[in-house]
Amino acid sequence: MNYQDEFRDSRIVKGIAAHIAELAAKAGRTMTFMEVCGTHTMAIYQYGLRGLLPPQVRLISGPGCPVCVTPAGYVDKAVAYSRLSGVIVATFGDMLRVPGSSSSLMEERARGADVRVVYSPLDAVKLAERNRDRCVIFLGVGFETTTPTVAGSIISAQQLGLANYFVLGSHRTIPKPMEVLTADPELGLDGYICPAHVSAIIGADAYRPLAEQFNIPCVVTGFEPTDVMQGVQMLVRQVVERVSRVEIQYSRVVKPEGNRKACEVLEEVFEPSDAEWRGIGVIPGSGLAIREKYAAFDAERAVSVRVEPLREHAGCRCGDILRGKITPADCPLFAKGCTPEAPVGACMVSSEGTCAAAYKYGI
Amino acid sequence: MNKDLILLGHGSGGKLSHQLLDELIIPTLSGTPVSGQNDAAVITHDGRRLAFTTDSYVVDPIFFPGGDIGSLAVHGTVNDLAMVGAQPLCISVGLILEEGFSRHDLRLILESMRRAADRAGVTIATGDTKVVARGSADRIFINTAGIGVFEHELELGGGNAGEGDRIIVSGTVGDHGIAVLANREGLELETEVLSDSAPLNGLVAEILREGGDAVHVLRDPTRGGVATTLKEIALQSQVSVTLLERSIPVHPQVRGVCAILGLDPLYVANEGKLLAIVAPDAAERVLERMRIHPLGKDAAVIGGVTAAEAGRVRMETVAGGMRGVEMLAGEQLPRIC
Repeated sequence: MNYQDEFRDSRIVKGIAAHIAELAAKAGRTMTFMEVCGTHTMAIYQYGLRGLLPPQVRLISGPGCPVCVTPAGYVDKAVAYSRLSGVIVATFGDMLRVPGSSSSLMEERARGADVRVVYSPLDAVKLAERNRDRCVIFLGVGFETTTPTVAGSIISAQQLGLANYFVLGSHRTIPKPMEVLTADPELGLDGYICPAHVSAIIGADAYRPLAEQFNIPCVVTGFEPTDVMQGVQMLVRQVVERVSRVEIQYSRVVKPEGNRKACEVLEEVFEPSDAEWRGIGVIPGSGLAIREKYAAFDAERAVSVRVEPLREHAGCRCGDILRGKITPADCPLFAKGCTPEAPVGACMVSSEGTCAAAYKYGI
Repeated sequence: MNKDLILLGHGSGGKLSHQLLDELIIPTLSGTPVSGQNDAAVITHDGRRLAFTTDSYVVDPIFFPGGDIGSLAVHGTVNDLAMVGAQPLCISVGLILEEGFSRHDLRLILESMRRAADRAGVTIATGDTKVVARGSADRIFINTAGIGVFEHELELGGGNAGEGDRIIVSGTVGDHGIAVLANREGLELETEVLSDSAPLNGLVAEILREGGDAVHVLRDPTRGGVATTLKEIALQSQVSVTLLERSIPVHPQVRGVCAILGLDPLYVANEGKLLAIVAPDAAERVLERMRIHPLGKDAAVIGGVTAAEAGRVRMETVAGGMRGVEMLAGEQLPRIC
């Protein structure tokens, strides 16, 4: 037993698929479920799971790739910081190739900017410790899974007395945009495959208002093929039984109450704010901003920079992709003007982007 | 996007590398690629065929579990010659050293090169040494070039895969890339992953002896990994390839690290593995022969070639679904070799 193969066993996967087909036939109609999280999108493509589902079950991808929903203006700001002398920009690798209005961090690095890829914000703190004569700006892009570690990095920088560590924040919370999408009649969603790791932090109870007030089934689902298939099965069953509740498929990791410790660290450093989502617009209370008492670590407040005026790319339909309105193949740029080597929109860049998944794994 | 800039991705071995070669390097230098985009060029002179190749090594760190930049530089060129079916004869060594580099480390690297050359049965025949100012290079870069001779009439190349052929991989995939990455990033693993860096000419000789003209393509899936290499072959041969994910050997530690870092072992570099595309009636014999060789003991058939849909690579996943396999886009892991 290695806790990996068991969850990828094709016999089990196909067995669940047969159950789903049986249940779906009972529903007597087509059902549309949205996987909110980019990692789910990737898993569904990577294991070819769509092809195993009956025709009545349609999976669409949502706004759960943090890099994708980050507005272009944020990339422009990061590019502007990378051009300042004495600045090291530290980032997760996914942000490197995201196109801004006229450049990307990868291009800036090729021109001489000091842009470092890190696997954790704590590595960025170490960079700041080793380079005290320079400013290290960490690009804090992510949902509730990432944000506690960013909060931890700020606390740790404070404890170390570092005056050269900053976070350029683009932190978001997941449940809010789900409310917006649920209310969209054009989407006609029948249920959510709720994120796995985000839910490990915020807890499955966070989706209760959604299930209870918006009458939409929610199943917190793991990332392995058997997890995803079982999550879909649970959603189909709710539809057939005409109920809407929060269920946890990923019970080996997620609890109803979440991870209190991680939430406490997050709340110590961050407070709710309004946030702009690419393709959706500003959603009140859907962002997380650095609290006043930690303002010294907030790049936007502590390090001033001039940012070029925003220029959106014509024809890019990332916004519609992120709202589940169209699939990658519906975008006129997909695989033609927009490829992973020369991306126009963020959805083609991020390793969790819907277009990147469709391009890489599509058949 | 600024088209003038050379990006790290242009050295990834994936799509950007291909673009740079096709749009700038090959048309400017020769107009027609002598190599036909195989691992080594095959040149005919006075009725005799010779194989010729070159490769540069910039791996970081220069010492890694299972090898170092020196042994890698020898193995890489030996393997490029072996993949066109040539027996490596001699290689050259060009050293670019950064001012301040340690003589002790240089000695270790040179001794390692010597051992690697002895193991592969090649002579280091000529070389060159340059030293650049501190900061103009990172410690040591090595270029090797090699000449190989043919002891048979067989013609191997990426364009020779045919319908019905079986695809054999000589062992676990992704070991080199993960060994270098784990070492560079200081990942603490329960057991160390070793690079698979090794000379493949001995294994190739066995494969050709057993398979003869049933062996259509040999390739070492270095940068860009097995996925990129098979996509290249599918395009060159105008065939489609179907893989069975369950049959692709991956070291459990490599799989674990890939899962944590979000990498796909199919795209991770190998330095001591080969892909053999063999006619169906000979595949089983070739596989058995490979498994007797120490560098082929984990060899496995991982898929087959079909004629429909030229250039497509697909895979039946472990979960039973089907998905496409594309070339590596952008950079996965810079300075891996």
